[in-house]
Amino acid sequence: MSSVSIRKIRKSFAGLTVLDSVDMEIAPGEFIVILGPSGCGKSTLLNVIAGLDDCESGQIVIDAVDVSGLEPSQRGLAMVFQSYALFPAMTVRRNLSFGMEVAGTPKPTIVQKVDWVAKLLQIEALLDRKPGQLSGGQRQRVAIGRALVRSSSICLFDEPLSNLDAKLRAETRVELKQLHETLKSTMIYVTHDQIEAMTMADRVAVMHKGRVEQFAPPQSIYEKPASLFVAGFVGSPAMNLLEGSLDGAGRFLVGQRSIGSSAYPFEDPSTAGEAVLGIRCEDIDVVEPGSPDSIPAKLAFTELLGADALGWFDCLGKRMSVRLGVDAARSMRKEVGLRFDMAKASFFSASTERRL
Amino acid sequence: MTRSLPGERSVFGPRAARLGLYAFLFASAAFFLLPLLLVISNSLKPMEEIRQGNLLALPVKPTFDAWLTAWKSACTGLECGGVRPGLWNSIKITVPAVVISTLAGALNGYALAQWKSRHANLIMLLVMVGLFIPYQAMLYPTVKILSSLSLFRTYSGIILVHVVYGLPYTTLLFRNFYVGVPEEISRAARMEGASFLRTFRSVILPLSTNILVVVAILQFTGIWNDYLLGLIFAGNDNLPMTVQLTNIVNNARGSASPNVNMAAAVITAIPTLIVYFLSGRYFVRGIAAGAVKG
Amino acid sequence: MTVVFFFGIVAVFFYGSIVWTGYMSLTRSTLMPNYNFVGFDQYIKLFTNHRWLVSCLNMVIFGVLYIVGTLAFGTLLAVFADRRIRAESLFRTIFLYPLAVSLIVTGLSWRWVLDPVNGLQGLVRGMGWENFTFDWLTDPDRAIYTLVIAGIWHSAGLIMVIILAGLRGVDEDLWKAIRMEGIPLWRAYLQVIFPGMRPVVASCVVLLMSDVIRGYDLVIAMTKGGPGIATEMPAKFAVDYYFARVNLGLASAASIAMLVLSLLLLAPYFYSEFRRRT
Ligand SMILES: Nc1ncnc2c1ncn2[C@@H]1O[C@H](COP(=O)(O)OP(=O)(O)OP(=O)(O)O)[C@@H](O)[C@H]1O
Ligand SMILES: [Mg+2]
Repeated sequence: MSSVSIRKIRKSFAGLTVLDSVDMEIAPGEFIVILGPSGCGKSTLLNVIAGLDDCESGQIVIDAVDVSGLEPSQRGLAMVFQSYALFPAMTVRRNLSFGMEVAGTPKPTIVQKVDWVAKLLQIEALLDRKPGQLSGGQRQRVAIGRALVRSSSICLFDEPLSNLDAKLRAETRVELKQLHETLKSTMIYVTHDQIEAMTMADRVAVMHKGRVEQFAPPQSIYEKPASLFVAGFVGSPAMNLLEGSLDGAGRFLVGQRSIGSSAYPFEDPSTAGEAVLGIRCEDIDVVEPGSPDSIPAKLAFTELLGADALGWFDCLGKRMSVRLGVDAARSMRKEVGLRFDMAKASFFSASTERRL
Repeated sequence: MTRSLPGERSVFGPRAARLGLYAFLFASAAFFLLPLLLVISNSLKPMEEIRQGNLLALPVKPTFDAWLTAWKSACTGLECGGVRPGLWNSIKITVPAVVISTLAGALNGYALAQWKSRHANLIMLLVMVGLFIPYQAMLYPTVKILSSLSLFRTYSGIILVHVVYGLPYTTLLFRNFYVGVPEEISRAARMEGASFLRTFRSVILPLSTNILVVVAILQFTGIWNDYLLGLIFAGNDNLPMTVQLTNIVNNARGSASPNVNMAAAVITAIPTLIVYFLSGRYFVRGIAAGAVKG
Repeated sequence: MTVVFFFGIVAVFFYGSIVWTGYMSLTRSTLMPNYNFVGFDQYIKLFTNHRWLVSCLNMVIFGVLYIVGTLAFGTLLAVFADRRIRAESLFRTIFLYPLAVSLIVTGLSWRWVLDPVNGLQGLVRGMGWENFTFDWLTDPDRAIYTLVIAGIWHSAGLIMVIILAGLRGVDEDLWKAIRMEGIPLWRAYLQVIFPGMRPVVASCVVLLMSDVIRGYDLVIAMTKGGPGIATEMPAKFAVDYYFARVNLGLASAASIAMLVLSLLLLAPYFYSEFRRRT
């Protein structure tokens, strides 16, 4: 178990800033997921941590030692790649042992470790095959195995599951989580899959254009997004967003209508000015039209999702999603009222786009 | 390209490693350039300088006399017309032979890549064996076949020979390329009702520029530089430049004037060198795009 | 239809020729084909012919050195060119241009360069080292190596380009994994990268092998088989007996022997290729 501190990392490619002063403190044994849209710099950040890319400024500190100047192999890290990157002409056994062989590890130790990993990942039957003779999921296990035999206390993953089919991905996800529980090593895991982020992470770092927008446990990322970007990026369907203004006296004005905002835990309740209200689909109730504190809305269509359903309503000039029971969705009337649970809503400043 | 360079820092000191690397590259470049420079420099020397002996000395008084002789009046045997007639012969043999063998190879390669059965594999194997049949094993029978068609030592005959001898090679290169082209493309064209040839011409050929360039260049240099087939099949009226060059060099009088020989050698090599310098970039790109692979 | 037509032509020329040559090799034909069957007489003559045996041995020596040398040199150039060098395309052009030069001109140029009197040896002696000797071209034991040098000069560039294309196709992640494992560069190339490029290397070997088996022009231009019969090659043997010595039967036997020999050498390749496809 090791701690990792990422301090003010900055990196650019030919004038394009890819990492813009990234800071992160990772505690020993934590499972960190880095989440963000394509091209936001996730892989670059991981490569900088591993030492595969140089950065312009900033430090990587592992267990209070600055490793910024060290070669990747000397940093005590292991890494699993999206394309597996197994050594093509070597058997699985050789793939697992080659790194140790090069490092001059004694033979008995190598054998012992390979056996341990093979048992742990249930790849004993595959040890004498070549990567070309394995399925995608099996290759992925071998790649993870190769990272594990290094017995580093920190393991980096770059979208390791994105080449697997949906079912295998779900299974491997669970296995990885269990593996983390067994090994208790620090893991940094890059993905753009929200489910992976939500289910596996102790904490999620949401990145956007080379910056960390929010670094928090998954539930609070979901419930209390720190910025408009996070609110729009995390969750499916995306959070409903309404532009309006706060009057500083407990009401949020949208066009002709106003919504009571006093239930919202403002840091400063007298905040006023242009703002954006964000509310999740499950925090909206459908009520009789004209009920107190409700806003009239018109049903556009419903989507049945199996366990529950989504209703899409036209309301205040926006199309908004509301989570419904399947029965309720089937018998939904055209004209309804919507009532927002303001205690669970989010307000963002329109100018800074940060949470109020 | 900004790829991360593996192990850049770790091998030796980066300085020493880089220095050694460039030393090796420059030495290799010298090795590759030496013969060309030597031949060019000697072809520019007048006879007196040649007689003084050293081939590696630079010309003191450069002159194009040897070039003119090689071009117009060196003796290739009984005739003394230089390599000039050979130039036109080479062009009129090479151009049609390259075009036909390349296009036919493309068509065959596409057919082979499309046709998926055990037979296709067998044919593929037979074509590959064709690549390794020594020319020598085919020369005499080819002479017989062409004689019976009264094409032996004629213009059409030499073109036919080049096309046939080149086909296994071009077919194979194109097949390897077309195997990598997604099948959906041809299927989609078929769905639109296009015939096999139509699909090939309007859909597949336009996709093939990279490989077309590679094959055309290989065929051009191969056919232009051919000696044996030209010698045997072209007939005296169509002898290509390489044959005339060899005749000049091996001519009893020719051995007395190496500068003329060298000038003739350079003149013969110029067309392919031009083709190569103009299109070398595409050649490299074509190979990188998978023209030659396992 | 068109396709069948082309395959038909190839089949007639190539396989028709083989059958006919095979038949001729079993007759006593000299200038004109003679259809009287004499069994394997010509083959017995062939394999008791000193010149033929020397030719075969020469081809093996030349072939092994040429293939190994070209592959090694071309690969080395490719690896170096892949190290993000300056003026890469200039170097590449220099390394590749010999491909455009015919084997005839290649052979002539090297004959001039290596000429003991006027070439390298003369130059070095002229500079004062009177005892410097580099007369491989006229040394019967060494002349074959001059052919190897010229052959490598001609083909190394092509191999470089093919291998370089292969290297550029190597997955970036694989290089990253190599760095993570701390594998030294030479081991990475020898044990990870090249073994992963086996098909590319195999194509190169096959390409070069076809040069060796068909090699005729280079010998003609450079040594004409000499000094003595030190650089005779089977291809030259066959052509000589077809045309200059008008012994059709023996020449045919030589051709068939070459074909069988080359197929034997290529059998492993064809086998693996065939197995991979089915
Ligand atoms: N070698 C490079 N040269 C120039 N620009 C690069 C290079 N590598 C990455 N970039 C740029 O840096 C940005 C971040 O790239 P990065 O690979 O880190 O994205 P990512 O978040 O991992 O995306 P994805 O989810 O698609 O993998 C991108 O805009 C990319 O175009
Ligand atoms: Mg990425």
